[in-house]
Amino acid sequence: MNIVEVKHLKIWDANTDKVIIYNSSFQVKQGSCLAIVGESGSGKSVTCRSIMRLNKPWLRQSGTILFKGEDINQLSEQAMRRRRGKNLCMILQNGMSAFDPSCVIGVQIRETLQTHFDWNNKESERKIISAMESVMLKNPQEILNQYPHQLSGGMLQRIMIALALVLEPDLIIADEPTTALDTISQYEVVEQLIRLRERMGCSMLFISHDLGVVQKIADEVMVMKDGAIVESGHIRSVFTKPKHDYTQFLVSTRLELSNHFRKLMQGGDADAQGGWDRKVL
Amino acid sequence: MLKVDGIEKSYKQGGLFSKQRQKILKKVAFECQHGECLGIIGESGSGKSTLGRLILGIEKPDRGRILFEGENVNDRRVRRGSISAVFQNYTSSINPFLTVEEAIMEPLKAQKKVEPGMQIKVDTLLHQVGLDSSYRLKYPHELSGGEAQRVCIARAISTEPRCIVFDEAISSLDVSVQIQVLRLLKELKQFYQMSYVFITHDIQAAAYICDRVIIFRDGQIEEMVPIEQLKHVQSDYARRILTYLITFQGEDQG
Amino acid sequence: MRLLRNLSKDKFAMTSLVVIVIIVAMGIFAPLCAPHDPEEVNMKLRYATSSWSYWLGNDHLGRCVLSRLIYGIRPSVLWVLVALMISVLVGAVVGFIAGYFKGKTDAWIMRLCDVMLSFPGYVMTLAVVGILGAGLEHILIAFVVMKWAWFARVIRTSVMQFSEMEYVKFAKASGIGSFKIITKHIVPVTFADVAVIASGSMCSMMLQISGLSFLGLGIQAPHAEWGMMLNETREVMFSRPELMLAPGLAIVIVVSAFNFLSDALQVALDPKLMTSQGKLRKKEVGKAVYEYRRG
Repeated sequence: MNIVEVKHLKIWDANTDKVIIYNSSFQVKQGSCLAIVGESGSGKSVTCRSIMRLNKPWLRQSGTILFKGEDINQLSEQAMRRRRGKNLCMILQNGMSAFDPSCVIGVQIRETLQTHFDWNNKESERKIISAMESVMLKNPQEILNQYPHQLSGGMLQRIMIALALVLEPDLIIADEPTTALDTISQYEVVEQLIRLRERMGCSMLFISHDLGVVQKIADEVMVMKDGAIVESGHIRSVFTKPKHDYTQFLVSTRLELSNHFRKLMQGGDADAQGGWDRKVL
Repeated sequence: MLKVDGIEKSYKQGGLFSKQRQKILKKVAFECQHGECLGIIGESGSGKSTLGRLILGIEKPDRGRILFEGENVNDRRVRRGSISAVFQNYTSSINPFLTVEEAIMEPLKAQKKVEPGMQIKVDTLLHQVGLDSSYRLKYPHELSGGEAQRVCIARAISTEPRCIVFDEAISSLDVSVQIQVLRLLKELKQFYQMSYVFITHDIQAAAYICDRVIIFRDGQIEEMVPIEQLKHVQSDYARRILTYLITFQGEDQG
Repeated sequence: MRLLRNLSKDKFAMTSLVVIVIIVAMGIFAPLCAPHDPEEVNMKLRYATSSWSYWLGNDHLGRCVLSRLIYGIRPSVLWVLVALMISVLVGAVVGFIAGYFKGKTDAWIMRLCDVMLSFPGYVMTLAVVGILGAGLEHILIAFVVMKWAWFARVIRTSVMQFSEMEYVKFAKASGIGSFKIITKHIVPVTFADVAVIASGSMCSMMLQISGLSFLGLGIQAPHAEWGMMLNETREVMFSRPELMLAPGLAIVIVVSAFNFLSDALQVALDPKLMTSQGKLRKKEVGKAVYEYRRG
């Protein structure tokens, strides 16, 4: 069963008449994670924002977007707003700009939860704190009373994931969530996203330009270039046997860097593992 | 060639008369030799960008000195023509009012080395970084990310400096462009016999191009290893970073 | 010129520019443009309505209103422009130094500006005029003294923003001197901001000088000045309202022209509109409009 089916999506700029997405059609199966990879300007973020209908007002879209069988492209703004957050949740790239810098995190989270649920303050707080604990955030009570600029990027991302845990949406759209993070935070956020999927069984749409992260977390992948989908399929087959030239190009350039690093780590004497554990290798 | 000696730097916190200071760099000392590519790997907030600015002489350290070939780097004449830089944000790296040609010629003009044959020099530089002569008259906002960064590299090598500081120069680029730029930097280093100080958070990129790396954390040097010894790092933090690194696997790797 | 080409895309802006240029030219060449002597009293023609030789009629002393209007351009528009330029120049130099060098220099300069700005504008102008005596030069001196601090502050903010840019960092790292960096890199980018706030302030300064002349503190009789002309028609405001029309409309037209020009300059001076082919690109006007204090 497909949780999201996009048919013949076309997005164009009403001011300049420039077409951004030509004719995209893809689907996300229930419980699976579809990754969209591509370079900057390929249209990945625009496509996902168009599912949420959160693009800038001068970007018009046409086509069918079926969410659980219902065409959300035709819904009114009111109805769409009810779907957002509750059924469709978004995790953004830059935690700092995803939250309002003038209020503490707790206030915004409470506001979001109150929009979709009828809980009182205590109940909301209890739920969000338990969610924050499950994403390995220490001292959740303290964190709720801090401003976004006082927290690191990794923590803000985990707060967004905790919010998704509480909202229990059917589809989570993650827009480059790990790009702005450092190595350790990236690892932790990816772990949390994998666990989130295991716990809730929700589907995910994961946008990234980092093929390594995509390989770890996604089941299927879709490669975009200049507004068109050039290849899609199961992750192993696309990455090990890419058919399209562009995919081959992306994979080979990424491999060059990784292979060099891997050789460095492995190279020299064969028993140089001493104390350095590397699970994947 | 470049010697950083007991550097300390802190910034004022609070209002005009407050005495509170936040220590960014704590007793940093290292050296960089001729023709060597030194990587400084650190997470955001570790102070590596501040270190970059101090090496370039844009700011003065509170304590300690930075010497370039024996002379203090704060002196403008020492830096002119010998040290150059490439920064992360390519959109604001070139003055929007200048064409590519004018931007590349700027450091040359500062050295008063402008001769009638300058056009050819600009063309040569553009060819070396992989752009053709038609880019000479373009404005910065007409260039893509990779092209703009290449222009910045051409500008940095125009005076044939002995050392270039790269402050997260490839972090904002797409991965495929990153590789191309890294290859280009390797070639240029061979050609001009320059040294690089490569500041980044991306270990794989640093491993690709550097001869020696410094692991930087909280304003201090955690560890300094030649790149072949990267797998033998001792400190906890460095081992953790290497363990948590997510790399890409090809066909034959599981 | 690129600037003119950019401006020519906006019809409003071009009209404003043309209006301003014509008015300035008329002011400079007033003796050639005015049909009569502005100070020639002719009691027989008191309050005469417009006729073929006196296109806008005559005022309470029989002087030609049109000629007075034209001669009035000089103090009302031209001298104000001069005062504005001096004020902007002083403010810009101070602003550049404060914004570029930061640290202690910036702190001391800003404290000085704070002191200057804490004086209420109108009151101080009146005080200065009171001390020095009435007269156009004294008013303009008062303006320059009051306004430079505000320009310095606004320009400093703009400079501080631009001196964090990477190309300035690169210039510093390459060993280029501070003065050269300021002139080559900071001045061109802040010029747009400076032009916008300067043209915006023009309006408030013109209105202020008209206001002061209305109160009798500016130009002294018998010289012509728009504010003073309004003052003179106060007595016959209800019996002959049309006499207020001429100077009033003149002020409104010039002030509006400067306002429109100011808005259009903001877009026209945007460097992103330059292209290597010399063709102009369409750009939507989404930039923040400057908020400037009046007076």
